[in-house]
Amino acid sequence: MSDPDPRQELVEHLPAMRAFAISLTRNPAVADDMVQDTVVKAWTSFDKFETGSNMRAWLFTILRNTYYSSRRKTKREVADIDGTHTEALAEKPAHDGRLQMTDFRAAFAQLNDEQREALLLVGASGFSYEEAAEMCGVPVGTMKSRTGRGRQKLAELMQLDEEDALEMTDDATLSVLTATKATTF
Amino acid sequence: MIMAQSGAQQKHDRIIEENLKRVYDEAIEEGVPDRFRMLLEALKQEEQSKASPK
Repeated sequence: MSDPDPRQELVEHLPAMRAFAISLTRNPAVADDMVQDTVVKAWTSFDKFETGSNMRAWLFTILRNTYYSSRRKTKREVADIDGTHTEALAEKPAHDGRLQMTDFRAAFAQLNDEQREALLLVGASGFSYEEAAEMCGVPVGTMKSRTGRGRQKLAELMQLDEEDALEMTDDATLSVLTATKATTF
Repeated sequence: MIMAQSGAQQKHDRIIEENLKRVYDEAIEEGVPDRFRMLLEALKQEEQSKASPK
């Protein structure tokens, strides 16, 4: 009678939707509720999906809209959580991978939603800047600067600069130091 | 300083990218709770019963 329901494809995107939601909210229970809302919305408004376009991008767009509308209600709560993270962070740079990932999580939690979202869409989920910009309804330049500032803030919070300082033995660094000295005098 | 900065920058970006992917992949590997399969099943049932009432 009809073609197989394209909505069958929804299930394939669930793991990525959950990963995005969990990374964005840092709260699996909230993330699962968000994904559930998104699935229901997508199912019931599937006629708005353009056949042949990127279904994952469409689903992620609904997902992020769900997040931003629920965030308005819980903003104060989230701000408090972030406040407690700030204190726990000021520690030595990480050399061990495990430790570094713990630092990364703590640092990532301190980014603002827009930066976290940008890095998740472009850095982790594999969307292009153009796709991510369209999903968030912002110009490509804005998306690029969000990822740029997000990376910069992460590097600061993870104290990656201090880690570099400990490793200042390579030739490039030495030659730069010499060059700087030469121009100063 | 430009050379050193861009070198460090690249290294930072790589560290960040690796961690980002690891965090994301960990969440993907968790798998999807059954409630989502049940939800999709329920949505399908609901629609079918609407489309072809007995």
